[in-house]
Order: sequence, then structure tokens, then C-alpha cells
Amino acid sequence: MRNPFLRFFSSVRLTVACLVIGCIIVFWGTVAQVHLGLYKAQNEFFRSFFIYWQPTGSGFQIPIFPGGYLLGTVLLINLLCAHARYYQPGKRKIGIALIHLGIVLLLLGQMLTDFLSIESNLHLRIGETRNYTEADRAYELAVTDTTGKDSDKVVAIPCNLLVRHSEVGDPEMPFRVGVKTFYANSELSDKAAPDFEPVKATTGTGPNLWWREVPRETETDRVDLPSAIVEITTPQGSLGTFLVSAALSQPQQFTFDNRDYDLVLRPERFYLPFSLHLIEFRHDKYPGTDIPKNFSSRVRLQNLDTGEDREVRIFMNNPLRYRGETFYQASFDADDHGSILQAVHNPSWLTPYFSCVLVATGLVWQFLSHLIPFLKRRMAGPGNVTAPGKEKK
Amino acid sequence: MIMKKWIPIILVAAMAGWALSSLFQPPETSFHTREFGKLPVLMDGRFQPFDSVARNSLLQIRARQTVAVDDKSGSQTMTAMEWLLEVMMKPEQADDLKIFRIDNNEVTELLKLPDNQKYYSFSQIRPQGDEIEKQAERIEPIDDSKRTVFESQLMKLYDALNLYQRLQVSLKPPATDDFAAELDAYQKSIAPGVAAVNARDAGQKFDQNAFDTLVGFMGGYNTVANYALPLTIPPADPSLPRDDWQNIGTNLMQTARTGEIHPATKYYAEMVTAYRANQPADFNQAVASYRVWLADGFAPQLNKAGYEFFFSTVQPFYKAMVIYVLALILGLLSWFGARSGELLRRSAFYLVILAWVIHTFGLVFRMVLEGRPPVTNLYSSAIFIGWAAVILGMVLEKIYRDGIGCVVAAFVGFVTQIIAHNLALSGDTMEMMRAVLDTNFWLATHVVTVTLGYASTFVAGLLAIIYILRGVFTPTLTPETAKSLARMVYGIVCFATLFSFVGTVLGGIWADQSWGRFWGWDPKENGALLIVLWNATILHARWGGLVRERGLMNLAIIGNIVTSWSWFGVNMLGIGLHSYGFTDAAFKWLMLFVSSQVVLILLGLLPTKMWKSFSARA
Repeated sequence: MRNPFLRFFSSVRLTVACLVIGCIIVFWGTVAQVHLGLYKAQNEFFRSFFIYWQPTGSGFQIPIFPGGYLLGTVLLINLLCAHARYYQPGKRKIGIALIHLGIVLLLLGQMLTDFLSIESNLHLRIGETRNYTEADRAYELAVTDTTGKDSDKVVAIPCNLLVRHSEVGDPEMPFRVGVKTFYANSELSDKAAPDFEPVKATTGTGPNLWWREVPRETETDRVDLPSAIVEITTPQGSLGTFLVSAALSQPQQFTFDNRDYDLVLRPERFYLPFSLHLIEFRHDKYPGTDIPKNFSSRVRLQNLDTGEDREVRIFMNNPLRYRGETFYQASFDADDHGSILQAVHNPSWLTPYFSCVLVATGLVWQFLSHLIPFLKRRMAGPGNVTAPGKEKK
Repeated sequence: MIMKKWIPIILVAAMAGWALSSLFQPPETSFHTREFGKLPVLMDGRFQPFDSVARNSLLQIRARQTVAVDDKSGSQTMTAMEWLLEVMMKPEQADDLKIFRIDNNEVTELLKLPDNQKYYSFSQIRPQGDEIEKQAERIEPIDDSKRTVFESQLMKLYDALNLYQRLQVSLKPPATDDFAAELDAYQKSIAPGVAAVNARDAGQKFDQNAFDTLVGFMGGYNTVANYALPLTIPPADPSLPRDDWQNIGTNLMQTARTGEIHPATKYYAEMVTAYRANQPADFNQAVASYRVWLADGFAPQLNKAGYEFFFSTVQPFYKAMVIYVLALILGLLSWFGARSGELLRRSAFYLVILAWVIHTFGLVFRMVLEGRPPVTNLYSSAIFIGWAAVILGMVLEKIYRDGIGCVVAAFVGFVTQIIAHNLALSGDTMEMMRAVLDTNFWLATHVVTVTLGYASTFVAGLLAIIYILRGVFTPTLTPETAKSLARMVYGIVCFATLFSFVGTVLGGIWADQSWGRFWGWDPKENGALLIVLWNATILHARWGGLVRERGLMNLAIIGNIVTSWSWFGVNMLGIGLHSYGFTDAAFKWLMLFVSSQVVLILLGLLPTKMWKSFSARA
């Protein structure tokens, strides 16, 4: 092995170091969840290249430890190099190869999932039909031209654009949207309260409200409620400033050039090529208790393109998979008259299944191919025993 | 010398006889409490015998399954069922029993209770009821994980008092003495009473007396309807679902509409009256008649309650635990007894097998009772980890015949039973599975494999501990023993890697099936992942030649820490979808365990000349 680079990346020492670092990251990232919450800890420890330390009160961050992505990448390289270096075809090594192939698949599959999967939710009241799902945490500013009788024209501006740019325009909009103030998480109040300041909007719902910025949420079950003051600027001048907020569900109206517009900050929408209609929601409990036994939603699935129209039951551990989307029974309304389905779009959802089969087969193969000869020798007589699995990887 | 051969057999036979002895109980002479204890009720969403209600309630209140009573005639013990009978039927007398366990001085001080006791009676606590109520109202909204010791102890007492008071009104209205006579009077009062109520509602003249009588009865029944805990009265209408049971209060309120008192209510009323009048014969007669009535139409429920009663009486896990201890002692002795070593080892091995058979009987009986795979909660995971580890130990013993497998099996068997016993203190161990967990397929695959991973990692760690303790403190770690221990640890770690990996990935697949996320970095998932990573670390370190025999042992002991953290530690973080409960004391024990493992690792790091076995050889 001349190439010191390859030698380093194919060494077992590197594997062991990576595994130990992996243990540390997992432990650290789990304990950190107590303070950071699951969502934030996940992003800082596992879905990152480095774990950063921010000295209290300072604005900069220092990378102090490798994060999940970096470790995963190094492990992957290590695995491939080691196989390139040591692999010899033969029955004895099949197990090892299968195990590592499965692990490569698992790591790649999870990386793909991290980048490609989209999670959103579908909230349906009984009798309601929808053909879109909504993001859990991301918001968009929707400007809808409602003048047309049959159809609306929507321009949706993702929330992260509102943060970065002071003004957003779109060829479909005869005006521009300027951002005056943006709070990533906020609280509104309809009366004066300590810490709250009056909203400095000139028109719409805003002028009667008070607001304040609050720290971003870290708990898994709570979400940020962003708010902003935006100004609608037309070539003829300003139409005024509006308060838009995730806490305000009703759109605000304005008119320009004889056309009517709705303005609302709402959860980001993902449109589906089909629709779901909630027929019934059931919340079964064990007799005489409040312990939930099952949650289930009976929905009608309609696809106008294919003419499909059928009833489906979605319940715990039994999702609906359709057209690359999977719908899971996730939650429900307090009055039991509405159901919340989690929708996941994950093209690589099958990789763990394959990986599990590969690794399990490999491990069993490897285990038995050492155990059986060992037991045979052992049973034959205690004198001539060598340890199973003595050979090097 | 021929006698010697028989010693192990005799020992096993004696222990087996002892284990079976509880099948034969002397007949009850006075009140047939045990017969009453077999009656089925519906509580916590499942059918169970009254006996289980009694045991689980008493565990929550007193942390024991019996009550010690000190009176003039000396001290005696009350069984859980005897206690519950008194609570339900003679509550005024039960109030003086010292059953409420309070371990916190701040709580006793707040309630102005004498602090030289461990247990207090309801009569002692009652005067401070308002204070407890006031405190509980403040603490209630605080998240469990954020409560101080005082707060959680006070809430524990509050819950215990709540449970106790609800049990008191589970079979009879608070003021009732002769329940059977009262029911007759009630039935007679229904027709005139209902007429009076209707007349009054219609604004006509009505019989004030008849009205007052009926309303008087209703008041008491309403209390029972609102607070009674177990559902005791089966559905009378055969068209109703078989699990549509009611409590006695709801049932009596409904009687006002039908005019017909339910047979089960009548039987229970007769039992109450007989018990209060101290008439064992009448009581026993009512219990027997009710059982006959139940057998027609509710045979499955009656049988299930009977089996569960049998299970609690036989106490297979307790019996297994005692035998494991005995086997452990003999196994340890076998390493030192030069001449009788083999005899001791064989005795220990047979005893382990006997204990494991009893352990298996208990495990399977529980599975059949619940209709579930072996592991459904933390309690059953302890039972199962022990069971699987004992198998590994027995296999090792069969292969190596050096007493090590025996000691491992007996030790893990014993310790896991102790852990299970302590976990059972929080109440019913056969509670129903919450919606997402209600799937036998995943419980049988993911949970079982992951638990097997835990069990085998512990076995590897324990083997390593034996290596270090024998090596450092005794001269018995011969090169052969050391080599076979190293082989055992290596083999078991391979086994552990297989099960923990497959179990963890299956868990991910379950998560993908139930909420669409293969991996969510939930603490319990991370715990399982940590075991996989650690086992993989051990294997690679050995293959790469980074560690030899002693290093392998130390790494395996770290495996113990990792596994205990995944098993218990993550539940203590108080976050995540998997946190299904733990007790405060568990944290203390976990810390103690971790420190003990660290000490062992430090011992393992001592230079070889300080090891008795190695220096003796040199």
C-alpha cells in the first residue's frame, strides 16, 4: 500500500475512531435534546457537518466536533476503501461484504431521505375535501387574485425570501411586496400588554393589534408563528403597510387596478394530483378508560386523471401509500370531528428494508460460518479449539 | 460416595417441591376471600380478578402486596385481597390501617405527621386533606420531568389518596350499612318515587315522601357512579358488547328506569351485608352463587380472572428468583472448591435449568393471559432480558462446563427479577397498549430482537466482569479460563451485534410504518443505535488488533453502561415518544450501576503484576 491517503482511509483504526465518535455524537445529541428539543438537536448534531460551540454572548460559532454528516461521509469512504483494499472473493467473505453493502445502502438511503423527503400534514374536518397538504413549520405569503369567478391566481412567496430580501416582485403581480419588519416567531395580542408594542401597520387588521418577538421554539410539538409588516408598492405608489402573521388565519383584502387581492401568511402548501375527503374519524378507547386503543380515518380518494374513486381506511401502523405520497394517522381535533394526517414524500423509503435484509443475512452467515465449525470441534473434544473469527477483516 | 452423585438431583427435587407448594393452599375457614378475589372486573381497560385490583392498588399505595397490622394480639399480615375487602365493605375500619407510604420529610412536615413512621393511616392524613388538595392543584400543571422531589412525592401521595377513596365507594354507597336490605327498599321506592318525580316535573301535586326517598337513594348511587373504579356489573342485555360493563352506581341509577335490580348487584349487596354483619357463611354463599351466575354467559371473563389469580398466587418469577440465588451461590463456590467443584457446578447448573423452566412458565403464562408477545413494557422487558440471558448462560455452560455460564445465568436471572420486581411497584404490569403500540407484529419482531440485543450485551459485559474479578482478586483465572472467557465474550458480542442491529432497523421500519419517519433521532432509538455502534466498535477494535484480551473485557464492560443507559437512562430524559415511565429511585440505581462499572474498568486497567492470577503465574 503505497498511497498513504488510501492507507489512511482504508484502515480499521479509522473505522474504530469513527464508531467511537459516532457513539459520542449520538449520546451528546440525545442528552442535548433535553434543553434544545428534538428538532433543534437533530439539526445541530446529526444533520450537520460540525457541532458548533457559541461562546455565550458572542455572535460567532466555533466548530468543536464532527457532526453526523461529516462522520457518515468519512465512514462511507472508509468502508469503500477498506473493501477495495482487503476484499478477496470467496465464501468466507460473502457475509462481511453483505453486511457492509447493507450499511452503505442504509447510510446513502438516509442521506437521500434527509435531502429529498418532504413532510407535511393534511388537516381534514369531517366532510371536508382537500387536494393539498401543508408544511409543518414553513410558511408562505400568498397573494391571491380573487377577481376571476372560476379560478384564483396565487403567487406564493416562501417565508425565507421574506427574511432575506427587503422587496419581492413577480411577473404575475402588478406590484411589489416590501418587508419592513420580520419576526421569525411572534405573539399577537388584541390589547395592550407588557412587552407588547403596537403594530405599526397602516391598513388591514394590523393597526388594532399589539405584537412582540419571542425566541424560536425548540419543543417538538410547538411551532414558530412568524409575523411581518409588509408594504404593497405599486408603480403608482404605496397601498399601505399590512401586518401578516401565521397567527392570523383570515386573509386581508385590498384592491388595485380594479382587481381584488387576498393577502395571507399561511403554512406552505404542496398540491396533490388527487384529493382526499374525510368521511369518518374514529377515536376508540379501551372500555371504561381514556386509554386510546386506535385512531382511524375513513377517507375517499379521488383522482380525476385516472378516474379512481375509492374509500380507504387509514389507521395506526397502517398508512395509505399512493402516488409516491404516504399518509399516516398522526393526530386529531380535540372534538373528535377532524383528523390530521401526516403526509410524507420520500423516494428512498424502501432502502432500510433492503438494507436490513442484507445486513441480517450477512451477520447470520458470518455468525454461523464460525459457530458451526467451532461447535463441531468443541463437541469432538476440548483440546483442539481455536477461537472463532480469528482472522482479520 | 454414591450418595454424592445424587446430591444435585435431590437439591433440584427439593426446590421444585417448594416451587409447587403454593399450588396447594389450605382451605379458607372463615370468609372465602380468595374465592372473592377470583371474581372478574373490568379495570384499566382489561378484565382482571379483584385480587389483581387489590395487589396493584396496594403496590401503588404501600409499595407492598401485603399490609402489616399491629394490634393487641400482636402483629399479623393481611393479604392484599383481605385489605381491599375491608376498604370496599368496611371503609370506616380500613381508615385506621397504616398503608400510605410517605418517604419524604418535607411532605410529612407539611402534613404535620410524626416523622418516625414510614406508613400512615387515612385517619391520620385526613385532617390535612385541604392542604394536600391545595398543593396538588398547584403542582398538577407542572410537567412530570420538571417537578422537584417534594412535588413528585406529594403528587404520589395525592394519587394514592385518590385511588384509596375511589376504592372505598366501589362496591357500596358511603353511608350504607345493610346494603341488601337497602336494595329491597330501593326497589320498592322506585315506582312511587318515579311517579312523584314525574308529577313534580309536570307541576302537579306529588308525594313528597316518595320523592325524598328515591332522591335520597340516588344521591348515594350517584357518588358510586362517579367515583367507583372497577367496573363490576356485566351487561344484562345479551345484545350488548361483552365488554360493556358498568360500575355498581351507574347500574343502580339505571335501575330507576327498568325497575329491575341486576342479579350481580344483588349478589354484591349480599356480600357487603354479610361481611359487615360478620356472617362468613352468607358471604361465601353469595360469592359462590354469583360465580354460578357468571359461568352462564361470562365464562371467558370468569376463566381469565381465574387464571390471572392463579398466576399471582403461584408467583413463578419470585420462585425462579430464589432458585437463581441458590444456583449463583453454588456456582461461585464451584470455582474455589477443588474437589467438590464439579459437584457444586452440576448442582448449580441443574438449579439454573429448574429456575429457567419456572421462569419460562411464568413468561408464557403472562403472554397467554395478555394475548401479547413477551415484551410490552419496561417490566416485561426485564423479565425477558433475564430469560434470554439465562439461555445464553446455559449454552455457554453446556459448551465450556466451567461454571462460568452457570454464574452468568444465575446472576442475570436474579438481578433482572429484582429489577422487574421494582418496576412492578408502579402498578399494573399488564396494562393495555396505547394505540400506536397496539400491534402484536411489531412487538413480536422489533421489541423482541432489540431486547435480545440488550440481553446479550449484558451477558458479554458480565463475562468480562468475571474475567476481571477472578483475575485481579483470585488466582483462579488460568490461561485456559482466560482464553475461553475471551472467546465467549467475542462470540456473544457478535450475537449482540446481530440482534441489536436487526432490532434497531426493524424499529426504524416500524416507525416508518406508523409515522412515516424511518429515523427520528428519538432518545430510545438513539439508545438502541448506541448499542449497535458500540458492539461494532468492539468487533472492529478486535479485528484491527487494537485491543487484546483485557482490552476486549474493558470494552465489553462499557457495553454494560451503554445498554443500561439505553434501557433506563433514555426514559429519564423525559422526552421522546418512547418514554413509558420510570421511577425516581431508578435514576439513583442507574448512577450506582454506572459507577460500579467504571470501578471495574479501572480494575481492568491495573498493570498485570497487580493481578493475582497473572502474578501467581509469573
